[in-house]
Amino acid sequence: MTIKFTRLALWMASGAVALAMPSVASAQDFTMVSWGGAYQKSQEEAFVKPYMAKFGAKVTEEEYNGEVSKIRAMVQSGTVSWDVVDVDSATVRQACDEGILETIDYSKVLPKKDFVEGALHECGVPNIVYSTIFAYDADKIKSDPPTKIADLFDTKKWPGKRALWKNPFGNLEAALMADGVPANKVYETLRTPAGVDRAFKKLDTIKKDVVWWEAGAQPAQLLASGEVVMAQAWNGRIFDATKNGKNFKIVWDGQLQDWDLWAIPKGSKHLDAAYKFIAFASDPKIIATQTKYISYGPAVLAAIPNVPPDILKDLPTAPENSKNVLVNDAQFWGDNGEELRKRFNTWLAQ
Amino acid sequence: MVSLPASYPVLRTADGVPLKLSLRRAERRSKLRAFGLVLPLMLFILCTFALPIGFMLYRAVANPEIVENLPHTTAAVARWDGRDLPDEAVYAALAEDLKETQKTRNTGLVGKRLNYEIPGVRSKVIRTGRDVEKVDAGPWKDVLIKADPMWGQHDTWVVLQRAAHPFTTYYLLSAVDLRWDSNNSLARAFPDQAIFLTVFGRTIWISALVTVSTLLLGFPVAYLLASLPVRSSNLLMIMVLMPFWTSLLVRTTAWVVLLQNKGVINDALLSLGLIDERLNLIFNRGGTVLAMTHIQLPFTILPIYSVMKTISPTHLRAARSLGAGPFYAFWRIYFPQTLPGIGAGCLLTFILSLGYYITPALVGGPLDQMISYFVALYTNRELNWGMASALGAVLLVMTLMLYGVYNRLLGIDKVKLG
Repeated sequence: MTIKFTRLALWMASGAVALAMPSVASAQDFTMVSWGGAYQKSQEEAFVKPYMAKFGAKVTEEEYNGEVSKIRAMVQSGTVSWDVVDVDSATVRQACDEGILETIDYSKVLPKKDFVEGALHECGVPNIVYSTIFAYDADKIKSDPPTKIADLFDTKKWPGKRALWKNPFGNLEAALMADGVPANKVYETLRTPAGVDRAFKKLDTIKKDVVWWEAGAQPAQLLASGEVVMAQAWNGRIFDATKNGKNFKIVWDGQLQDWDLWAIPKGSKHLDAAYKFIAFASDPKIIATQTKYISYGPAVLAAIPNVPPDILKDLPTAPENSKNVLVNDAQFWGDNGEELRKRFNTWLAQ
Repeated sequence: MVSLPASYPVLRTADGVPLKLSLRRAERRSKLRAFGLVLPLMLFILCTFALPIGFMLYRAVANPEIVENLPHTTAAVARWDGRDLPDEAVYAALAEDLKETQKTRNTGLVGKRLNYEIPGVRSKVIRTGRDVEKVDAGPWKDVLIKADPMWGQHDTWVVLQRAAHPFTTYYLLSAVDLRWDSNNSLARAFPDQAIFLTVFGRTIWISALVTVSTLLLGFPVAYLLASLPVRSSNLLMIMVLMPFWTSLLVRTTAWVVLLQNKGVINDALLSLGLIDERLNLIFNRGGTVLAMTHIQLPFTILPIYSVMKTISPTHLRAARSLGAGPFYAFWRIYFPQTLPGIGAGCLLTFILSLGYYITPALVGGPLDQMISYFVALYTNRELNWGMASALGAVLLVMTLMLYGVYNRLLGIDKVKLG
């Protein structure tokens, strides 16, 4: 009786140990982090799922809202669990200067000349061209819709609340352009204290009518619920809402173009898998498939002819949308982002 | 214990041990046993509560960026008398350190730290680092000043000398809107950066408002709960506890749906004809206090209810039979007995409200953001953990001071939770 019991106990114990042991990890497994919502969904469909299918690997996905602090905390404590992170151009500069991102070895990805001019960075591989625009609900504004960036600030003709990102990025530029500064002089003006004051003064004119959003999915939500009459947003999120039945229209005038990049936190434990994924996702044929899911342009030059024609008109780089484009000056935001954010938060709190 | 006169014979136990000694040993054993039972909890609280707070307080004064990354400069600039500009040796030390930080890619950290006190300096430091990397020798003073004129300015070196210590008061001072000016004397912070005193005041004010509203709304509910017969009392109790068990985020989001411009409340009032134009119920102070009151109600109701349950109904009846009017009996007999419960409930609600973050972020406007929003901002977006820790430290001290005031006025031993 005791022997039978002991043997049974032994079997149960070994069974429990076998179940508890982790399954053998493949060398291609890694963790990918992006901005959530429709954007991450598009990356999942276009890159992650095909990568998992092709290499039989397991990719863990996580979300964040651009908080560099999480990367920094990981790198400082030595427990880096993120391998590939989608960052915007201001973040890649800030994080790279702090030394918390790996320097990219472009020989493992694609030659540098294959990427859109001005998007390259030593710590990040460009992936998309996105644009900060503003949109309105065409079901609610049926006649005489807004057409220029200055209309975002015109509360007399289009009364109601506006939704703006809780970040000076995009708001200062829009304020200056609405105040009459031509696109090619915006950053020049912002480098002067008088220019920054001018931008904040223009923002003061609509301050009490603004609803400030923090997550990329919020502006479309605020437009849909009727809380705001115009919303500043990233164009792909508005495109996703129109795909789901909403009649939102984008005003492309004064669009602020920028890039997102793939970055690798310093000390990542799956460096090979990270490079393999980034090389896979930067392949001209693969990267073009992302446009099937979201209207962000590929940052790889050879991919542009592969983009399906029906989506071309929704891309930020389409000629009909590019009549008054402002391209982000990442150097400016890298240098002055911290002060401007500080001033913006103070301005908000007063 | 009564002490016996010295002439009295020493009392002994059956095995000859003096009684006093034996008693002390037995007491020590039971004390150790009690301590052993509490030990796991004490270790847990130490690890999850005391240690993190200790780290936070340490981070509020820690200043490693200059000391760790510019070691030679730290040593050299300590000898500077603070007049005019430092001599060549200091510049040489700085150049040596910058060459090293360029290799370890830490120049950005140095620039970031100096940028806190001198706006716009971060990119200049990075540029200086790149320029210094290319130069091999020479009078370093000229090299550095050529890289950027800021190195020829007295104020820059004052800031650097001040920052080259393992500990700093910069974060704590900024958290209360103060700063060191170029004469190393205390001054108010620049007006476009001085927001924290306002925010602390706002945090206390909103918490006080929420405490008072939960008290006004919760006291009658607690009274009803305590005096109704068991069946109805139980049903009412479930209605109080059910929202309590629902996730905080779900409740806050529900308030967004109710209060928004095209939300349930506005639609209802409009269709009933009570209002002509939609009311602004959300993204302002009213909405914030309303949602926070709703979430904090169970915290106030339950302690008051527990204390009320222990009050015998015969007291009120006795007072009435002795001729007291209903209000007089309530105010002089019943209410003072509930004060411990009120104290507990209000204290709990007030201190919890001080730390609120999610509800004001979702339901409040930019003028309703409480201090925890800024702690989160500095932790997540600005990567300035020194500042976040300093704000947390000031909040902690403020809370302890308010608790001290409460103790002086009411006495913490008078607080009862049931």
